[in-house]
Amino acid sequence: MSAHPSSHDAAHHDAAHGSTKSYLIGFVLSVVLTLASFGVVMSGKVPHELMMPGIIVFGVAQLIVQLVYFLHMGTSPSQRGNLAIMLFTLLILAIVVVGSLWVLHNMNVNMMHPTSQMVPVE
Amino acid sequence: MSSPAVSATHGALDGVSHGGDAHHHDDGSKTLLGFWIYLMSDCLIFSGLFATFAVLANATAGGPTGKELFELPYVLGETMLLLISSVTFGMAMLAMHAGKKNQLLAWLAVTFVFGAGFIGMEVHEFAKLIADGAGPSRSAFLSSYFTLVGTHGLHVTCGLIWLVVMMDQMRRYGLTDATRRRLSCLSLFWHFLDIVWICVFTFVYLRGAI
Amino acid sequence: MFGKLTLDAIPYHEPIVMVTLAAVLLGGLAMLAALTKFRLWGYLWKEWFTSVDHKKIGIMYIIVALVMLLRGFADALMMRLQQATAAADSAGYLPPHHFDQVFTAHGVIMIFFVAMPLITGLMNLVVPLQIGARDVAYPFLNSLSFWLFLSGVFLVMVSLFVGDFAATGWLAYPPLSGLDYSPTVGVDYYIWALQLSGLGTTLSGINFIVTIMKMRTPGMTLMKMPVFTWTALVTNILIVAAFPILTVTLALLTADRYLGMHFFTNDLGGNAMMYVNLIWIWGHPEVYILVLPCFGAYSEIVATFSKKPLFGYKSMVYATSAIGVLSFLVWLHHFFTMGSGANVNAFFGIMTMIISVPTGAKLFNWLFTMYRGRVEMTVPMLWTIGFMVTFVVGGVTGVLMAVPGADFVLHNSVFLIAHFHNVIIGGVVFGCLAAINYWFPKAFGFRLNEAWGKASFWCWLVGFYVAFVPLYILGLKGMTRRMNHYANPDWQPYLIVAAIGAAIIAAGIFCILVQFYVSVRDRKKLTDPSGDPWGGRTLEWSISSPAPFYNFATLPQVRELDQFWEDKQNGVAYVQPAKYEDIHMPRNTGVGVVMGAFGTVLGFALVWHIWWMAAIGLLGMIASFIVRAYDRDVDYWVPAAEVERIERSRHAQLKQFQTTQVAPVAAPQRQKVA
Repeated sequence: MSAHPSSHDAAHHDAAHGSTKSYLIGFVLSVVLTLASFGVVMSGKVPHELMMPGIIVFGVAQLIVQLVYFLHMGTSPSQRGNLAIMLFTLLILAIVVVGSLWVLHNMNVNMMHPTSQMVPVE
Repeated sequence: MSSPAVSATHGALDGVSHGGDAHHHDDGSKTLLGFWIYLMSDCLIFSGLFATFAVLANATAGGPTGKELFELPYVLGETMLLLISSVTFGMAMLAMHAGKKNQLLAWLAVTFVFGAGFIGMEVHEFAKLIADGAGPSRSAFLSSYFTLVGTHGLHVTCGLIWLVVMMDQMRRYGLTDATRRRLSCLSLFWHFLDIVWICVFTFVYLRGAI
Repeated sequence: MFGKLTLDAIPYHEPIVMVTLAAVLLGGLAMLAALTKFRLWGYLWKEWFTSVDHKKIGIMYIIVALVMLLRGFADALMMRLQQATAAADSAGYLPPHHFDQVFTAHGVIMIFFVAMPLITGLMNLVVPLQIGARDVAYPFLNSLSFWLFLSGVFLVMVSLFVGDFAATGWLAYPPLSGLDYSPTVGVDYYIWALQLSGLGTTLSGINFIVTIMKMRTPGMTLMKMPVFTWTALVTNILIVAAFPILTVTLALLTADRYLGMHFFTNDLGGNAMMYVNLIWIWGHPEVYILVLPCFGAYSEIVATFSKKPLFGYKSMVYATSAIGVLSFLVWLHHFFTMGSGANVNAFFGIMTMIISVPTGAKLFNWLFTMYRGRVEMTVPMLWTIGFMVTFVVGGVTGVLMAVPGADFVLHNSVFLIAHFHNVIIGGVVFGCLAAINYWFPKAFGFRLNEAWGKASFWCWLVGFYVAFVPLYILGLKGMTRRMNHYANPDWQPYLIVAAIGAAIIAAGIFCILVQFYVSVRDRKKLTDPSGDPWGGRTLEWSISSPAPFYNFATLPQVRELDQFWEDKQNGVAYVQPAKYEDIHMPRNTGVGVVMGAFGTVLGFALVWHIWWMAAIGLLGMIASFIVRAYDRDVDYWVPAAEVERIERSRHAQLKQFQTTQVAPVAAPQRQKVA
């Protein structure tokens, strides 16, 4: 009833499968980044104020590694649609998380909600 | 609205291949697109849980904090299990594309073992917390912790059930269009759960332990 | 054994409920008897319940929605009657706890079980026909969505007679909806009804995005898509993006109620405002989920009956997309008074005012489409014009409340009630009724009676203003919402007028029912032999009415927007192909019905804490889904000869019709009715 995947699509599919090598690269990078993330907090050698930026940087790096090497995200024509959908999702995700934090933090401070007593008030 | 616009060329290309082709196959690209959209909606379920956790992270109500509760070496172990299962699933997919059924089944079995190991560790961790009086009804912080991490665990469990069903279908029907399509979806699901876990260990465990 | 469920759960002491129960039981028995007597069970099961045909699923959605409209409207009448009488010393006829359930049920039913299925039903019926597809991307999933929705409907209806319904307002804010303040099963019915139908909605959202992205006919690029399909696309993107948040929010409330957690409780660190925040992150996009497809329907109707292409097609598309994104950035205007402070309120107030700009652009597009057109005052067109006037009033009062300072005065007053009924009745209800009148011939092969349609329109329009203008005034006078009794006797005259308005709307609903009856009775006279009763522009009008089950014998080639209109102008519409080909179709399946039934069992059991039954329901759902995965006989081929036979008779009918017409088909005239 509908589109049979054209030869055009099929050609790109092969490229999108990855290979043993790409999976292993992704795996090694992920292991290194995971160890780096945990190391930042567990080693005790990283200054306290750098811990949070550190784990975020390593976490985001690992997200990108896994998206590229395991989920084969990219800008090839067959992946462009999926990438666009994911970027839209990330926009909504950011709105939900950042928006909720902003709204609730302000409310907690203004309304003197009990949980706000435990965080430093600006 | 970037998504429809960017895919415009894509849709048009598909349109050209329409028409009365006599041997119709189920269109794999359609299923994979739909499944990808489902994953994104699932991602937003997690966004709601992460937002709630972030808002309630300090609401310990005098109970134990993350810093007191989380054992990072244990979490590192869980992370490694899940990571290994991700790469073994990748090997399974390579075997599928190479048409090697027995190799495929073997890799899926290995993936299952590591996934089940992860769930086992998580159940053990939860049981210990509850036994120590740090159960989900102790404080809003613990409610949101158990719900967020537990929802991820529930997804992995669903993935394990699906994995068993797929191994059985592979054995019965072999590498047909339908089974390949379904295994590709499961592969996306599995890798997606690994990605969610990165956010969990970063923002729940590591941030909590700082 | 039966959890919290005992015979005491049936409200014997409530005469209103008991009389309703008796009526429902008798009516239900009579219907079952009639179905058995006329041997319709087999027909219903084979042709409808197990159908995966998007047109039939769409029709079933709309029928259920209209039935639920009667239920939701009965609740509205009860509220108007109570408020018209319960002034000063009189307590009215409804006890407070019952009144609270009535307004909760009214809101929940009207949004989730009337407006949503009307929208989903219309998209089901129309979208595949407009894009030249033979079905949706996942026909089985479509059927499953419908039956999950129906199990939600079933739970809400059962709550009327077994136990009670939530008495919390339609969004069930905690801590009121928490276990401490709502210990009965009412909120649990609410939760599970919404979770089941919400799951169905999310699945159909995914289904329609893929359908629109992947199954358009050759040549139909995104910018050649009919406007209704465009609005459907954006709406479904919003569904997939917003409904997961609703699922999470309700799940967290469930965790509080069932597992003793503390997300939204007053003690142990819970934060009830997080619930309000989360549910409106879903709730505001939901408003646009409802209204955008209606905007699409109005656009099709205005263009068709003005005999002109839609003015500003591209700006319509951009406005729709802009609304889609902006709708995620305004949610806090539902709780300006929460106390987030001036910065937060200012941001969301400004975003709210901005979102009215693309909406305003759309209104000008519709006006310019009508300008210098040969406007035909048919029933769908009347609804459209009524919408334009009414919606502007609603929009203006909305922008007024977008000013945080003004909102502090008007928050939770009946001014707000008047505002959102103004936009939802004026936008969504009018839109769905316009769309039903417009696309009815495509679904059933005959038009709806015009005289009764016009009567229903005028009753609705007049009734709406009589019912809600008094509420605007009362809101400014300081009357808050959801009052089952008030001390100020000055308010009573306004509320009596509002009750009269509701009665006029009731007459409008009655006219719709008569319209259906009369049209079915006169279906021979109202028949639509051409398949193009209004001189339409889009592809759905190029095929017969009702559409054949495979929709398009050959997939149409699209080169322009409004391809069918162009073809008629050039005299090349209705060309028979030299040769037909086999058509691949999905096979009917009962798995959707079975999963819906297990879902109902699961929901009911969870409401009453009957854990063994819940396990049966859940395992039943999972097992039937897995069984379905092992079913390999899911499709079949329609032989070319069969297609040719159906198409031949269609073209014979078309020829006969054309020869009896004065005007050639190239410029078809609308049939004068009644």
